[in-house]
Amino acid sequence: MQAKDIPQDKSKLLNVTKEICYAIDENGQYTTALSSGWEIKTEALNVAWADINHRMAVAKQEVLAGKCSPIVYFMEWKLMDLAILASYTGLWQWQIKRHMKAKVFNKLPEKTIQKYATVFEVTTAQLKNMTVNEG
Amino acid sequence: MKVNFRHIQAAHCENGVTTNLLQHNGVSQMTEPLAFGIGSGLFYIHIPFLKINHGPAIAFRTLPGLIFKRTCKALDIPIASKTFSSIDSAENELTKVLAAGKPVGCQVGVYYLSYFPKEYRFHFNAHNLIVYGKEQDTYLISDPVMERVTTLSSFELNRVRFAKGALAPKGQLYYPRANKIITDDDIRRGIVSGIKRNVRDMLRIPGSFVGVSGIKGTGLKIKKWRDTLGLEKSKIYLAQLVRMQEEIGTGGGGFRFIYAAFLQQAHQYLPHDELLHISKQFTQAGDIWRQAAVQAAGIYKGRIEKQEEFNLMCDYLQQAAAVEKQAFLHLDKIKWKK
Repeated sequence: MQAKDIPQDKSKLLNVTKEICYAIDENGQYTTALSSGWEIKTEALNVAWADINHRMAVAKQEVLAGKCSPIVYFMEWKLMDLAILASYTGLWQWQIKRHMKAKVFNKLPEKTIQKYATVFEVTTAQLKNMTVNEG
Repeated sequence: MKVNFRHIQAAHCENGVTTNLLQHNGVSQMTEPLAFGIGSGLFYIHIPFLKINHGPAIAFRTLPGLIFKRTCKALDIPIASKTFSSIDSAENELTKVLAAGKPVGCQVGVYYLSYFPKEYRFHFNAHNLIVYGKEQDTYLISDPVMERVTTLSSFELNRVRFAKGALAPKGQLYYPRANKIITDDDIRRGIVSGIKRNVRDMLRIPGSFVGVSGIKGTGLKIKKWRDTLGLEKSKIYLAQLVRMQEEIGTGGGGFRFIYAAFLQQAHQYLPHDELLHISKQFTQAGDIWRQAAVQAAGIYKGRIEKQEEFNLMCDYLQQAAAVEKQAFLHLDKIKWKK
């Protein structure tokens, strides 16, 4: 890549930082230059977030239909998988799997609900009702 | 307390931490490409079966932590590296080292890293930064991928040092134990050992998921994605490949350009003219990776979707693999003078 070809597209890093790219100058010598972003990778990141939003929407529908508990929705919201949620809550993965069932979740003691709420950074009421700002 | 510390921006976090810490400790020759090359940073792995964020687990660089450790070891610089079982002991140790006037490298998770934009915050635990001071409750932070220094409250720093999940940092901190004057001969030895190890890592690890054969393997897999995963999922997979290759911290072209820069710098220490030629091959490999990214983007943006386009993706990766294989074979043939 030639230094003059380093893309200067808009990215989500606008106003945060520019990033360093390595490229060759007109004499073939390596140099570094700042880039504000590259459309190709901004789009890749958008694909990842579109997928996350899609997963959240699906999870929300399933919770509302009573197929699973709000934990499933909040895991998507916080980009967590079972292993990550288990280590943040200190619960076993099999316990969380049980709590993902609506029936089990509805009978959980407030203390356990609070544990999840803390990790998801919401109140217990928000956890039960899925009332969060999705942005 | 504040250590007198110069922040130098880098493309990649661990290269940057290594360069900045070593420069601070008297190794004035250290640059990002040298740290990357001596630490044999260039790599490729596509871990089978494992999924990261619902996509393929692909990396273009070696395991986290190795660049710092290998570079220091090659230059015979003693290091301290510790993990902790409690937040308190981790913070105590950090303050102790800062009080002794040393900037400290820390492994952190990105998800709760408050100065990153939300879009970049995934549960990725192999980020590195330098803490160079503390004022009241605020830590002074030099994050090498950022243009300028920044800060974190002690709550925020403790939280990212104890991020959970794969590669959990467990509060890990590291720093060179002592200042050391490094001669150009030391650098020469480091370069040669770094190159030899990188040749081994990219050419001689058996199986079709590591090194040059790993790149070929991914190419062949991509060819089948359209049929086995379906178009929608293929898009997500391809986007993930491009993110691993180009996202903040690679210097572009999946670190291939940094490696090409390393070989040019190596030539200043070891005047083997082949190095300049091989550097061009890595530039070419990086360019092919960039073209592949453009092709992938065509697919994940939904502009192109036929099987031929997936075949073309595969061809790009076969080309990149072929160029890199030649380049490493050439490196392998250099007769280093004693």
